[in-house]
Amino acid sequence: MNLDPKIPSGPLESKWSTYLRDVKLVSPNNKRKYKIIVVGTGLAGASAAASLAELGYNVLTFCIQDSARRAHSIAAQGGINAAKNYQNDGDSVWRLFYDTIKGGDYRSREANVYRLAENSNHIIDQAVAQGVPFGREYGGLLDNRSFGGAQVSRTFYSRGQTGQQLLLGAYQAMMKEVHSGKIQDFPRQEMLDLVIIDGKARGIITRNLVTGEIQKWEADAVVLCTGGYGNVFYLSTNAKNSNATAAWRCHKRGAVFANPCFVQIHPTCIPVSGDYQSKLTLMSESLRNDGRVWVPRNKGDKRPPNEIPEDERYYYLEERYPSFGNLVPRDVASRSAKLVTDEGLGVGETGLAVYLDFRDAIKRDSREVIEAKYGNLFDMYQNITDENPYEIPMRIFPAVHYTMGGLWVDYDLMSNIPGLFVAGEANYSDHGANRLGASALMQGLSDGYFIIPYTIGDYFAREKLEKISTGHEAFSEAADSVSKLLDKLLVIKGDKTIIEFHRELGKIMWDKVGISRSKEGLESAIVEIRKLRDEFWQNVRVPGDKNYYNKYLEFAFRVADYFELAELMAIDALDRNESCGCHLRDEYQTAEGEAIRNDKDYAFVSAYEFLGVNGKLETKLHKESLNFEFVELKQRSYK
Amino acid sequence: MSDMTINLKIWRQKNTNDSGHFEDYILAGVNEHMSFLEMLDVLNEKLIKEGNDPVEFDYDCREGICGSCNMVINGKAHGPKHKTAACQLHMRTYSDGDTIVIEPPRAGAFPVIKDLVVDRTALDRIIEAGGYISVKTGAAPEANLIPVEQDVSNQAFDYATCIGCGACVAACPNSSASLFTASKLSHLNRLPQGRPERSKRTIAMVEQMEKEGFGDCSNYAECEAVCPVGISISSIAEMRREYMKAIF
Ligand SMILES: Cc1cc2nc3c(=O)[nH]c(=O)nc-3n(C[C@H](O)[C@H](O)[C@H](O)COP(=O)(O)OP(=O)(O)OC[C@H]3O[C@@H](n4cnc5c(N)ncnc54)[C@H](O)[C@@H]3O)c2cc1C
Ligand code: SF4
Ligand code: FES
Repeated sequence: MNLDPKIPSGPLESKWSTYLRDVKLVSPNNKRKYKIIVVGTGLAGASAAASLAELGYNVLTFCIQDSARRAHSIAAQGGINAAKNYQNDGDSVWRLFYDTIKGGDYRSREANVYRLAENSNHIIDQAVAQGVPFGREYGGLLDNRSFGGAQVSRTFYSRGQTGQQLLLGAYQAMMKEVHSGKIQDFPRQEMLDLVIIDGKARGIITRNLVTGEIQKWEADAVVLCTGGYGNVFYLSTNAKNSNATAAWRCHKRGAVFANPCFVQIHPTCIPVSGDYQSKLTLMSESLRNDGRVWVPRNKGDKRPPNEIPEDERYYYLEERYPSFGNLVPRDVASRSAKLVTDEGLGVGETGLAVYLDFRDAIKRDSREVIEAKYGNLFDMYQNITDENPYEIPMRIFPAVHYTMGGLWVDYDLMSNIPGLFVAGEANYSDHGANRLGASALMQGLSDGYFIIPYTIGDYFAREKLEKISTGHEAFSEAADSVSKLLDKLLVIKGDKTIIEFHRELGKIMWDKVGISRSKEGLESAIVEIRKLRDEFWQNVRVPGDKNYYNKYLEFAFRVADYFELAELMAIDALDRNESCGCHLRDEYQTAEGEAIRNDKDYAFVSAYEFLGVNGKLETKLHKESLNFEFVELKQRSYK
Repeated sequence: MSDMTINLKIWRQKNTNDSGHFEDYILAGVNEHMSFLEMLDVLNEKLIKEGNDPVEFDYDCREGICGSCNMVINGKAHGPKHKTAACQLHMRTYSDGDTIVIEPPRAGAFPVIKDLVVDRTALDRIIEAGGYISVKTGAAPEANLIPVEQDVSNQAFDYATCIGCGACVAACPNSSASLFTASKLSHLNRLPQGRPERSKRTIAMVEQMEKEGFGDCSNYAECEAVCPVGISISSIAEMRREYMKAIF
């Protein structure tokens, strides 16, 4: 298989402008003749759909929720990066590019990341023009805040609801085009398969989630914007409907899956409180600016935190990383929390938590100052845990948050299946082995507003697309296979619920394919996943039937796919004999527990081809090597 | 605190045409730290194991931002806690032996799909009618060329936080969508970027709201009381003024 990233030649700064100069165009008259399916209406999907419709294409949009506005992007809190340099603190496109490449631990493509940084400024312009209410200074101009992994202040924000405001902007742009008749919007429709004709993506199969009807949709191209797969772990900060099915179904139809093992685990989330727990809530990482992280020095110290004297507190981040202290990057903070809880020093009823203490900050700055900075976060914490963080230290623990891996795409954001484009968290493109804060929103909108609209036109101008209809046998084959799978799930009528299986799978993944990984652990995870998958297909109980609204049937289908993806994640983690970004292999670390990257053997994107599932997942690894022409590879150090 | 036993009275309706009825359930082992929706998950696990159909309800984010959840709990949309969406409610609000009645948000414009799940696409159609600023991708000027007074921007933000849950509709004796519609108008109309389309937008959205079968506003203010993000009813007064100005 030839995985050509199709990166334009020339200096980094002019690759995208060269591309735009040479890009083939479709005339306005002809645009009207093309139909494009956009699956997913998060930041990537809504922005792509609106922009494509404005150009004159006919667009169909699909999402799982009852409204396009409810996509998971709505929950993003902190902000979005851009290289505006409004603070005059030395920011530039180059610096944003550099921070993102370095933050990703040198496992992403230079050309893609540079283009992302270039587009960042246009995103802010676009959002402001749409009426997105970003935070402003007294003078009426835009304000910025600082975020991890950068020494400049470049993050634009709408209080703690940046994702909501950006998504509403994109959703409204999309509704404007629904009004103009260029977009037909289909909420509560889940894509369950991709249809390929003559080697090109030509349509999708959906299940109407209200009536259960299996429907066929044909088009000239399909843009997949279906988000990340963090919910493989059962518990994560992702919305309950976030899932991997669309991407996985494309993978099974031939799309190559890249870097599946790169999963970001966010250090500051509210810990699990019991086995009924259904999802985890993120607490903004800005809290680490003032909170001090600690655990009791002595194992089994069950005293309330405020009764533990200073010399019996282990401020492990400050001790281990004196120069960055509590502000080490996400992966380092998460890993350290796991280390101390593994040693038995964890706190709370489950022992799976550490303290984040504001006592000293309140003493230093007063309660009012801390309240002004973090009041809403403290309220949120108190609402969930019923504890007052002004008086008792918060309990926090890492949680699965974001997946850097995803479907492989070239510079055009097209997968190896012609006509299948992938945008947003669903592709693997820009974040390497670790994503910096406030850069996912930027990437989703860069993909949707400013990349796909050009690259899809180039595809249409180059390819001759035969006229097809949903009467083609490829559609009935795909629709039948979906129906059969639904039936297969429904007839098992076993003893264990879907959630029980999913929770068990999540536990294997968290313990062995989570914060730290070892050869031994990964090998046993693979065996356990296979065993549990077999049991799932024999003993799962899916309630009800397929011809009406049935949320649990939706989940069953998704969990069936997680069982296969999970194995691929473990295989990839096992293959990558190095530690980089969020991927820490126990065998590849220094005596002090620092990651050892191996650029000689692993500076590549792992790209898997699906061969089949037969008791075990059959897969073939391809490698896209990463060539660093413009930056020098360095070992990260936060000591 | 030990586990609680809760008596549930839940609306069950097979589909839009079914007339629907309440069903009683007794759920033991409810932990105070469970969220309200986790309590329903536990009920559903039990129902599934017993071979019964689980209760369908809408949710996604489970942190009060997506607007998916909107059930009516003991007669109140989103339940008893002020400025709290149903998914942010915890069982510690209740005591052992309590009875909780759960219904879908009821309104002519929100047909029931199944149990507690309703069709709220009418709200999308109100936005579609004019709830946007018409700027094409690529046509935007440099962001700081449009200064916005900090107060104005903050007010616009407050109105823009509407999560589109439709609780205001369920709470209103007239099933009016005025708070929802007015929040979007108050967000966009007060920004300099939103000025040019102000009259057109207001007329289009108000008229669409009527077309969808939502009722008029008679100032009951029940909407403001249940709104999980605290959208102010003053937006409705703004909408009225704006509408009168626009049609004359
Ligand atoms: C709590 C939280 C806070 C965050 N904060 C930030 C932040 O401050 N800054 C930042 O940059 N990033 C943040 N992120 C990350 C960021 O929000 C996401 O990565 C990003 O929003 C993903 O956008 P997307 O458009 O790719 O996908 P999503 O928003 O996940 O949208 C996926 C869409 O696909 C649809 N879909 C999925 N499968 C199917 C299917 N089979 N058929 C039909 N439709 C389907 C869904 O319905 C949905 O519409 C945060 C994430 C979380 C969880
Ligand atoms: S105004 Fe409030 S109650 Fe009404 S839809 Fe918006 S958030 Fe929900
Ligand atoms: S589930 Fe998202 S607001 Fe309640």
